Amino acid sequence: MSATQSTENAVLLQVHNLQVQFATNDGPVYAVNGLSFALEQGETLGIVGESGSGKSQTALAIMGLLARNGRATGSVVYQGRNLLQLSEQQLNTVRGSQIAMAFQDPMTALNPYLTVERQMTETLQLHKGMDRQAARASAIRMLDAVKIPAAASRIGMYPHEFSGGMRQRVMLAMALLCEPAILLADEPTTALDVTVQAQVLALLRELQKDMGIAILLITHDLGVIAGLCDQVLVMYGGRVMEQGSVAHIFHQASHPYTRGLLGAIARIDGQGGPLVPIAGSPPQMGQLPSGCPFAPRCAWVDGLCDTQVPALHDIAVVPSELALRYPAKRACHRAAALLNMGPSAGEAHG
Amino acid sequence: MADSKPPLLEVRDLQVHFPVRLADAWPWAPWGKVKAVDGVSFDLQEGETLGIVGESGCGKSTLARALLNLHPATAGSILWNGQQMVGASKADWMAVRKDIQMVFQDPLASLNPRMTAGQIIGEPLRIHRPEMSAADRANQVRALMDRVGLTAQQVNRYPHEFSGGQCQRIGIARALILQPKLVVCDEPVSALDVSIQAQIVNLLAELQKDLGLALLFIAHDLAVVRHISQRVMVMYLGRTMEIASRDALYSAARHPYSRALLSAIPVLDPEIERNRSRQLLAGELPSPMNPPSGCVFRTRCPIAQEQCARHVPPVQTDADGHSHACLAP
Amino acid sequence: MALPARSPWLDARQRFMRNRAALVSLLILALIALVCLVGPWLSPYAYDDTDWNQMGIGPTWDGWHLFGTDELGRDLLVRTLIGGRVSLTVGVLATLVSVSLGVAWGAVAGFVGGRVDALMMRIVDILYAIPYLLIAIMMVTILGRDFYLVVLTISAFSWMDMARVVRGQTLSIKSKEYIEAARAIGVPTHRIIFSHVVPNLLGIVVIYTSITVPGVILTESVLSFLGLGVQEPMTSWGVLIHDGANVMESSPWMIWFPGAALTLTLYCANFLGDGMRDALDPKTR
Repeated sequence: MSATQSTENAVLLQVHNLQVQFATNDGPVYAVNGLSFALEQGETLGIVGESGSGKSQTALAIMGLLARNGRATGSVVYQGRNLLQLSEQQLNTVRGSQIAMAFQDPMTALNPYLTVERQMTETLQLHKGMDRQAARASAIRMLDAVKIPAAASRIGMYPHEFSGGMRQRVMLAMALLCEPAILLADEPTTALDVTVQAQVLALLRELQKDMGIAILLITHDLGVIAGLCDQVLVMYGGRVMEQGSVAHIFHQASHPYTRGLLGAIARIDGQGGPLVPIAGSPPQMGQLPSGCPFAPRCAWVDGLCDTQVPALHDIAVVPSELALRYPAKRACHRAAALLNMGPSAGEAHG
Repeated sequence: MADSKPPLLEVRDLQVHFPVRLADAWPWAPWGKVKAVDGVSFDLQEGETLGIVGESGCGKSTLARALLNLHPATAGSILWNGQQMVGASKADWMAVRKDIQMVFQDPLASLNPRMTAGQIIGEPLRIHRPEMSAADRANQVRALMDRVGLTAQQVNRYPHEFSGGQCQRIGIARALILQPKLVVCDEPVSALDVSIQAQIVNLLAELQKDLGLALLFIAHDLAVVRHISQRVMVMYLGRTMEIASRDALYSAARHPYSRALLSAIPVLDPEIERNRSRQLLAGELPSPMNPPSGCVFRTRCPIAQEQCARHVPPVQTDADGHSHACLAP
Repeated sequence: MALPARSPWLDARQRFMRNRAALVSLLILALIALVCLVGPWLSPYAYDDTDWNQMGIGPTWDGWHLFGTDELGRDLLVRTLIGGRVSLTVGVLATLVSVSLGVAWGAVAGFVGGRVDALMMRIVDILYAIPYLLIAIMMVTILGRDFYLVVLTISAFSWMDMARVVRGQTLSIKSKEYIEAARAIGVPTHRIIFSHVVPNLLGIVVIYTSITVPGVILTESVLSFLGLGVQEPMTSWGVLIHDGANVMESSPWMIWFPGAALTLTLYCANFLGDGMRDALDPKTR
C-alpha cells in the first residue's frame, strides 16, 4: 500500500519532545516524557500502549484538551505554528476543521440530548459558516459515506437510538465533516464487537484512501495496528520504547517490551502454543520508577536499567524504502542482539 | 473423548427470558420479552474447558448467570450430576453452590471495597463451613493466595490497593476455596491489560490441570478462547450456532457466523492482515425482543435462503461431536 | 512494595484532617461537650439553687455569676451547662435512634425491592405528611413530659430522610458486581444486606447523620420553646431561650448566652458535616 507513495510526502504534524505533566495533591504526575514523531500526509501512525502508557494524554495534549491541572510542553507544529502555545481562540480555528478527534466511547462523546443532525450541523456552521440547509445536506452526504443506511431519515434521531457500531460511525462522520487534514482516533474500536470492528476498520481504510487524510491512531490492540498503520510507536510508562515501520515492529522488534507484548497476545494464527506473559503490572502514572520504566518487569534487566532512563536511538536495520521512511528506533540499554537468544516474537508460536 | 462417564453438566433447550415494559405502551399493556437465551444445549465433562464465544447480545453472560441461578431460567433443563436444577429449591441450590462457582468480568467491581482480601476469599468458607475454626480458615486462605500468585502479606489489604490482575487473582481464589467442580468464568480477562491477560489465562489453565476443574470460559475474544478451551460453542442472539472441538472450529468452522467471526479477527502480521479477504457481515444485530423468524442469523447471513426464514435450523451433529445449526448443506 | 494497608476510611480521615474548618469545629464541639459534662460539678451552684442576694442581675464577677442570674436567682452559667447536657444528649440519642431505624428501613426496602419496598416507602410518605408538632402536642398531653418521651418524639420524625437516602444508595449498590458475587457464593439475603450493603452505605450515613444532629437539637429546642420539652426545673437550651425571650428587653443576657451556645453548636455541627461529606465523597476517591 505504501510502496506506491513517494517518500517525499509533506509532513503535516511535527511533534518534538512532548511532555505532559499533571499537578495533583500527591505531587506531579509525568504522563508523557519526551515523545517525538512526524506525521505525513495520507499515512497512518499508530501509538500502541497499555494503561499508564500516556497514549491518550498525547492525543489530548495535541488537541489542547488536557484537564485543568495538566500542562503540555515541547512542540507540536502544525502549519508552522506550535499548537501548544496557541490561545483557546486560535486553537478553535484548527480543532474540528483541520485536526479532528474521534473518541473512544461514542455514547459519552455524543451529546445525548441533541439529535445527530444538530450536532453535525453545529460543526459545519461554526467552521464553514454554512447555513442550516447546506449543512444538513453535507451531513447527510457524510453519513452516507460512513455507510449509515437511510441517512436522510436517521439524521434526526438521537445517539441512543443507534447501535454501538453506528454511533462510532456517526462520530467518525462528525470528525470528518470539515474534511480535516488529520484525524486523531482514540481507541476507535475498543468498545465494539469484533465483527463491527472489522467493518469500522475497513471503513477507515476506505475513507483514508478517498479523502487522503492522515490518521493518528491510539490503541492497545496490536491487531488493529497491523491492519491500519504505516508507522508505529510503542509506549510504556510515558515513554517511547520502540518506533519504526509496522513491518519492523511485527517482524524485527528488538525491545523487551515489544517482544513481550507480541509473545503475550493470543493469536488467531499460529499453533496456539502457550502464552508467554510479562510478569508484574503496568505502572501507575504517579509512581514511575527511576531509570527505565519497564525495568521492574524486564527479563533482560541489568545494571544501568534501574538508574538511567534509556535514550531513544536509531538502530541499524536492513535498508529498504520503508526503513528509510520510518527509521527504526529503540530505547533500551541492552543490545538488540541479546534479545535474539529467546524465541523470535515476530513469528507464530510452535 | 471419554463418553463413558455421564457429563457433569447437561443443558438442554435452556431459555432465559426477561419481561420488559415496552417503550411507548400504556401501563396496562402486556409486557414484552427479551429472549436473552433462547434454546441453548450443551454438555460439559469433568475436567473439560468449554469456551463460549459470541458478541454483545448473544446471551452468554445471561447463560452464565442462569447456571448459578443468579437469573432463574425460564424454561429448559440444567442437569448437574443428574440433578435437575431448573426450578430447584433454594436449599438444593445452596448445596450445589459449593460445586459451581464464578469469576466475574470486572475484577475491582466484583470485590467488596470494604472487605480485605482475606475476608473476601474466606467468606465462602464462613457460609458453607461455619464449623471451621478461624485459624483453619486463615490457613486455607493463605494457602490459596499463595497458589494464585498473591503473597501472604497482602491478606489485609483492600481491593483498591491491588492492580487489576491481582484483583482478578483474588476473585479466582474466592471461587476456588470451596474446591468446586466447575468454575464459570465470565469474561475474566476482558477488563485487563494485554500483558496481564496472559498471566491470568495461564493461571486458569494451570489451576484447571492441577485441580481437575471443569471450566466454562466465556469471552468475546476468540483468540484467547483458543488458548484455553478444548471445545468451543458459538452463540448468536441467544441461540447456539456451532459447537465443536477447538481445532475443528478454528480450522474448519461450518456455520457462516462462526466463519465471519473468525475472519473478522485481526491477524498480527501486517502483510497478511492487509491483503487477506474478510467476510464482512452486513446489517445490524436484531433486537433480542424481536428476533428474526426461523434462523436468527439470516438477516446478516451471506448465504441466507428463503427457507431460512421459515424453519428454525435443527442442530446437526456429526460423528466427532461437531454440531452446527444451519440449513445449508 | 510494602505499603501500609490503606483502608478507604484512612483516605477519608486524611482528607478530613486537611479541612481546617471541620477540624476546628470538631474541637469546639468536643470542648462544648466536655464543659457541659464537667462544668456543673465545678460550679459552686446547682442548677436550681437560688441566690437570694443576686436575683436577676447581669454577668458579674461577684459570686462567680459569670453569665448572670435569672429572676429566681439561679446561676445562668450552670443552667446553660446543664441545659447543654440535656440538648446534646437528646440530640445524640435521638440521632442514634433515628439513624438506626432509617438505615435498617431503607436498606431492607431498597434491597428486597418489589412490593415490600413499595409498602415500606409508602409508610414513609404517610409519615412525612403528618405534622409532627401536632403529634408531639398530643403525646405530651396524653403521656406527660418526660425526657425519654422527648427523645422518642423527635426520633419518630427524623428517621425518614435517612431511610429515603439509604434506600436510594442501596438501589445503586444492589446492582454492583460484588453483590452478585456474594449471591453466587450463596450468602443469605439478610447477611448480604448487613455485611455487604450497609458497610458500603456508611459513607452516606455518616454524612446524613452529621446533618441530622443539628436538626434534632433544633427540634428539641423548638419543642422546649413551646413548652413541650423537659420539665421544670430541669432545663435545656430551648427552655432557656424561651425564658430569655420573655425578658429580652430588660435582661438581654438571659437570651444571649444560651442563644450563643446553641448557635455555636449548630454552626460547628454543620461545618463538621460538610467536612465529612467532602472527606467521604466517592468522587474524590
